[in-house]
Amino acid sequence: MKERRISGIVQRRGPRHVLMRGLLFAILLLFCAYYLVPLVVMISTSLKSLAEIREGSLLSLPQTLDFSAWTKAWSAACVGVRCDGLAPYVWNSVLMTVPAVAISTFLGALNGYALTKWRFPGADWIFALVLFGAFIPFQVVLLPMARTLGFLGLAGTVPGLILVHSVYGLAFTTLFFRNFFIGVSNGIVQAAMVDGAGFFGIFFRVVLPMSIPAIVVTVIWQFTQIWNDFLFGVAFTIGDSNPVTVALNNVVNTSTGVKQYNVDMAAAIIAGLPTLAVYVIAGAYFVRGLSAGAIKG
Amino acid sequence: MVSGIKLENVHKSFGGNEVIKGIDLEIEPGEFVVLVGPSGCGKSTLLNMIAGLETLGSGHIHIGGNIVDDIPPRDRDIAMVFQSYALYPTKTVRENITFGMQTRRIPKDLQKSAVEEFSTLLQIHAYLDRKPGQLSGGQRQRVAMGRALVRKPEVFLFDEPLSNLDAKLRIEMRTEIKKLHQRLGKTIVYVTHDQIEAMTLASRIAVMDNGHVRQFADPTTIYEHPVDLFVAGFMGSPPMNMLPGCLRRPDGRPVVEAPAGGGADALHFPLPDRLAARLDQPDGHQVVLGLRPETIFRAGSELPGEDRFTLNRPVSVVEPTGPDTMIVFEIGETELIARVRPEDAAEPGTPFEFEVDMAKAKLFDAKTGLHL
Ligand SMILES: Nc1ncnc2c1ncn2[C@@H]1O[C@H](COP(=O)(O)OP(=O)(O)OP(=O)(O)O)[C@@H](O)[C@H]1O
Ligand SMILES: [Mg+2]
Repeated sequence: MKERRISGIVQRRGPRHVLMRGLLFAILLLFCAYYLVPLVVMISTSLKSLAEIREGSLLSLPQTLDFSAWTKAWSAACVGVRCDGLAPYVWNSVLMTVPAVAISTFLGALNGYALTKWRFPGADWIFALVLFGAFIPFQVVLLPMARTLGFLGLAGTVPGLILVHSVYGLAFTTLFFRNFFIGVSNGIVQAAMVDGAGFFGIFFRVVLPMSIPAIVVTVIWQFTQIWNDFLFGVAFTIGDSNPVTVALNNVVNTSTGVKQYNVDMAAAIIAGLPTLAVYVIAGAYFVRGLSAGAIKG
Repeated sequence: MVSGIKLENVHKSFGGNEVIKGIDLEIEPGEFVVLVGPSGCGKSTLLNMIAGLETLGSGHIHIGGNIVDDIPPRDRDIAMVFQSYALYPTKTVRENITFGMQTRRIPKDLQKSAVEEFSTLLQIHAYLDRKPGQLSGGQRQRVAMGRALVRKPEVFLFDEPLSNLDAKLRIEMRTEIKKLHQRLGKTIVYVTHDQIEAMTLASRIAVMDNGHVRQFADPTTIYEHPVDLFVAGFMGSPPMNMLPGCLRRPDGRPVVEAPAGGGADALHFPLPDRLAARLDQPDGHQVVLGLRPETIFRAGSELPGEDRFTLNRPVSVVEPTGPDTMIVFEIGETELIARVRPEDAAEPGTPFEFEVDMAKAKLFDAKTGLHL
């Protein structure tokens, strides 16, 4: 399973090469620092007490580890008038994101498959129109969508938000899968037809297992988009059905009392953790899939 | 019940580019038909149309007496080996082979025994649990064969199934295919670029050119009585020598006069009676004389016979192939190849006495290309 490792490839040697490698790594380290320093600051601030924050500098590390800001952010911070912390809203986001990602990814895969492997007259036009959806600014659709949700009786609910995200995710997911399937040999689909499989048989048993890389990319993309969405969340949900992004905004922007930077930081990290987790888990799978030759004919 | 295949005036265009230009073929049940033709002449397209993977432009296709124009591939009871193998990359070799049986809900134990049978035959049992990406080209090709063979459908379509195998394996597989055909008796349509494969396997060969079938006949007829210059030049390796000339009747008997070049007297190839009898073309008619390399040999190296013609030419190139040696020489502007015994070969530049067996000569009309 390891034959495809990069390390097996013959590489140039010599002092010049070593120097270039060193330079490369130095630049990479610089970029790492650029991205990591804000995160470090956030984490260290979230572990400090309020007094320590007021006295110390931004970059100093916490003297004692104080997790109280995290517990508070999770279960006691005030979001608007309710003071149950972020927990219920994180749950809202999960309830919204998981089905929306699953639905939009699945339908995108099905679209891409139909548009490339079961060509019909006008397929390219339909794809062009779907693609157009990727360029629509979401502000434009807020009002019509609100009307639609109201009409469907889904206004202000998590299922309503699932519908919105599934629909607007389709443009991108279709694009990803269509471009992936374009590269998959038609012969494989034809072979499966001769082997007696039908539209869905080929989709589930032949095409989908080949598209793990596309699925991973699409899931990462959709998860990030939907989890991080603020606009639809704030426009189409109210109070208790808010996703975590809206709740986070409400936590940070409460005007009453002292600014609790440590709680804000902890809350922000909590809101961002799931996307990070998806990157790490799916990313690892992605790399593993590549090295196992899963996408090679 | 074995199904025959009938193509009726089949046409196909890809966006204005006509690829199949009206093909009629009647393939008997149980026949082994080999399609040959230059690259890009439409063989794979025709096969795809029989399989139902490509819609018909116009015309009809019958399989087993039924019109199948609108029947999808899965319901045509065919199996196909694709030119590009088209193996399922995420499935193991075993799963690749059994996929067709799985979709048709064939019992597991039958699947298992079928895999056993064909993996031994195709010598792929050692890598049944590997993925196609971990196989060599020739191994993949055999898996593709296995996938087609296990199902035992009414019609097999093979698109260059042995093209990637080494010479030894290719001959073994060729024999296996022939045995299999004799055992199963199913109809086979087989595309190949290998002349020997075509000659040895086919019950009939269809020679295609540019979207047409030029000739559809048994291998001997194709080889001995090609209908036109194209078929004559396509079948046979090295190809038939084509010597342009004109018809003359110096003393009442027709001969082919070919300029020898270099100021020498023109050569006069006497035509055998069989051929002469049916010629009614006027004197001076432009013709092409077709001489297979094996009908030109060193003078005196074969038992004397009728209708022999000898000529003396310098050798220009000598190409040993093992069992025979090819000698390239020139008549006028035309290069010809003679197939001689290795011990008869001579050095390039030296004069050589060639003997031509005119009884085997073919004559074509230079303008129409048709056999005379
Ligand atoms: N999907 C397609 N769209 C457009 N043109 C095509 C398509 N498929 C085949 N062609 C064209 O049709 C012609 C015949 O192709 P085909 O694959 O049938 O040739 P072939 O006889 O199988 O050649 P080879 O021996 O190289 O496999 C070629 O000129 C090819 O470019
Ligand atoms: Mg082909």
